[in-house]
Amino acid sequence: MSSFWSNWIIILTVGNILACIWLIWWTMRKRAGEAESGDVTGHTWDEDLQEYNNPLPRWWLWMFWITIIFAAGYLAYFPGLGLFQGAGNWSSTGQYEGEMQQAAEKYDPIFKKYAAIGIADLASKPENEEALAMGKRMYLSYCSQCHGSTATGATGYPNLADNDWLWGGSPEKIKETIMNGRTGVMIPHKGRVEGEQLDQLTDYVFSLSGREGIDAASAEAGKAQFLTLGCIACHGMDGTGNQALGAPNLTDEIWLYGASAGVVKKTILEGRQGVMPAHKEFLGNDKSHLIAAYIYSLSN
Amino acid sequence: MTETTYNYKVVRQFAIMTVVWGIVGMLVGVIIAAQLAFPTMTEMLPEVFQQYLQYGRLRPLHTNAVIFAFGGSALFATSYYIVQRTCQTRLFASGLAGFTFWGWNLIIVLAAVSLPLGFTSGKEYAELEWPIDLLIAVVWVSYALVFFGTILKRKVKHIYVANWFFGAFILTIAILHIVNSAAIPVTLTKSYSFYPGAIDAMIQWWYGHNAVGFFLTAAFLGMMYYFVPKQAGRPVFSYRLSVVHFWALVSIYMWAGPHHLHYTALPDWTQSVGMVFSLILLAPSWGGMINGIMTLSGAWHKLRTDPVLKFLIVSLSFYGMSTFEGPMMSIKTVNALSHYTDWTVGHVHSGALGWVAMVAIGSLYGLIPKLFGREGMFSTALVELHFWIATIGVVLYIAAMWIAGVMQGLMWRAVNSDGTLTYSFIESVERTYPFYNVRLLGGTMFLFGMLLMAYNVWKTVANAQPAQDVIPEAAH
Repeated sequence: MSSFWSNWIIILTVGNILACIWLIWWTMRKRAGEAESGDVTGHTWDEDLQEYNNPLPRWWLWMFWITIIFAAGYLAYFPGLGLFQGAGNWSSTGQYEGEMQQAAEKYDPIFKKYAAIGIADLASKPENEEALAMGKRMYLSYCSQCHGSTATGATGYPNLADNDWLWGGSPEKIKETIMNGRTGVMIPHKGRVEGEQLDQLTDYVFSLSGREGIDAASAEAGKAQFLTLGCIACHGMDGTGNQALGAPNLTDEIWLYGASAGVVKKTILEGRQGVMPAHKEFLGNDKSHLIAAYIYSLSN
Repeated sequence: MTETTYNYKVVRQFAIMTVVWGIVGMLVGVIIAAQLAFPTMTEMLPEVFQQYLQYGRLRPLHTNAVIFAFGGSALFATSYYIVQRTCQTRLFASGLAGFTFWGWNLIIVLAAVSLPLGFTSGKEYAELEWPIDLLIAVVWVSYALVFFGTILKRKVKHIYVANWFFGAFILTIAILHIVNSAAIPVTLTKSYSFYPGAIDAMIQWWYGHNAVGFFLTAAFLGMMYYFVPKQAGRPVFSYRLSVVHFWALVSIYMWAGPHHLHYTALPDWTQSVGMVFSLILLAPSWGGMINGIMTLSGAWHKLRTDPVLKFLIVSLSFYGMSTFEGPMMSIKTVNALSHYTDWTVGHVHSGALGWVAMVAIGSLYGLIPKLFGREGMFSTALVELHFWIATIGVVLYIAAMWIAGVMQGLMWRAVNSDGTLTYSFIESVERTYPFYNVRLLGGTMFLFGMLLMAYNVWKTVANAQPAQDVIPEAAH
């Protein structure tokens, strides 16, 4: 903010408050020839509308003065008058940083205590019950928005409680997912497969998990698509996926985006891009460690 | 229909539409209150209709309908009536006044169609897209011409206090609407705000809070300043008080918007200024309440028998309560608890139902018989019943939202001994359900009161001859 705008703000702010003070003074003043208080002013509108010339109620005036005095004090202490920082040297950024630092001093040692204990131990040993409870509370604060408060996921957001893992379910892999995030990409295949061939490919994908009512001949024909389109590069020859790439297992009847033929065709044609955000900067190692332990405990 | 009589036609039109739009707007309010209490209820409808009745599309329809259709019509009706009677002259440019009626109602219909279809500029209380915004500007400027034209040709020397408030409201809303709606059109139904980032947010709430300040406060004070002394048959309590609270109110309200953006990306100085001016606003706001309620001194007994006066006086009590609550909520430490909770919703409705709707309803009960040459409303008992149903409805509504809001604020800030949050967000939603049910009950009662009013108005005006009041010759 330039000093011009700073002065502009100061003049308008102070000016308006001073104008209020002047207004009170001006209205309280008794003028020559005006009606006595308790009498009507002498003007009449619409046959019978009149006004008394009563003085301002004293208690009300006091209230007005108190708010004005408070405002003056507040603007002297806190930033408000343009660039003037205020006598208290307060800022919202400073308050935020102060509170975060206080919290870190108070709470970080509690989390740190468990950082040296392995995730599997945290998840299984009774003496670490409190750590698991903390992990759950943090899960509810930071993760439940997408994965649900019971961690069973939602369309497009993996179920974390079914022991089926896109990127691996070992303690290290879960923690890595939380800290560094993941980007799962399914390449779009529009223009490369369509019509009957798309139907056949979809049937083949469903046949991998042994779905009932699939046309066996169509599924058999779809296998050729599965091989030639390059599906095998990520999902593997047998369709069991590849956790190094986050490629889903197609044989387990677990469907991230939905189990219908329409949804699977949409996935094949348009591709998918699933994003798990990284939490390293936001939560740090110790909190991620506890959340990982909670998630690991859901399947183990 | 000559210069010798007052123009009541446009007043009658707006007065009747106030009741109609009141019912529509409050019905939509009851529907969205029900959606919050029963979140899956829309899914019972055929799928093709569901998107048009989603909460996100109906909520702006509710706010626009109650503020601008119901409140707006009430203000047009009463300001056109009051400015003629207190200036002792026929409305300036009657044709233009007629245009404001049809134009305003066309805007309302366009809103009722475009909002459920999903067309929105995304600015709260200003969701309508740019072609409708342009139409609003044209109608509003016409309104200003009619109103100030009438003031200019007045036959009495002094301008009555009600007209100060109406004048400030008309001028300010024109400026607020034009500045806030500035946008770059992309297609006929889509535009993007002219302002970037935090500036857009500040402009939005400068508009938003002054829509409350001038549309819902100053203008309805104008209504109050006519109908309270008329109904009570007493002079206004204090001319001096009206002067000081008018000028202080209109100058200070302008600054209060930033209190909607505490602890956001808005610069610290803006938040501080918004907060202190919101606090200074307390006394000027209460000036109107004192002037209204004290006008009754010497005539308190009338409250026992006159339900119209009950509406007016209780509306002033709610006004006083809301305008005390508002400055308190603008204090940063209080706001840290109340912001984003249902407390805000309760605060808004103690103002919107308790003050705005009740003062408008009371004024219309006083006005409508006069417009149709009747001694009074068809049934005073029904007015009395309406009063009690509405009052109990408002109390249920705001009490439920206060408790819900404070509970939510406390749940969101509760932390365990390790610094983690005690409750997840969804737990606070779950705990709010009982209060959503009470709110739904309160809102439904208020709507039911409006239906009683519609029946009573119908029985009053059916078969009645439009009144032709002759303008008195001699100026006072």
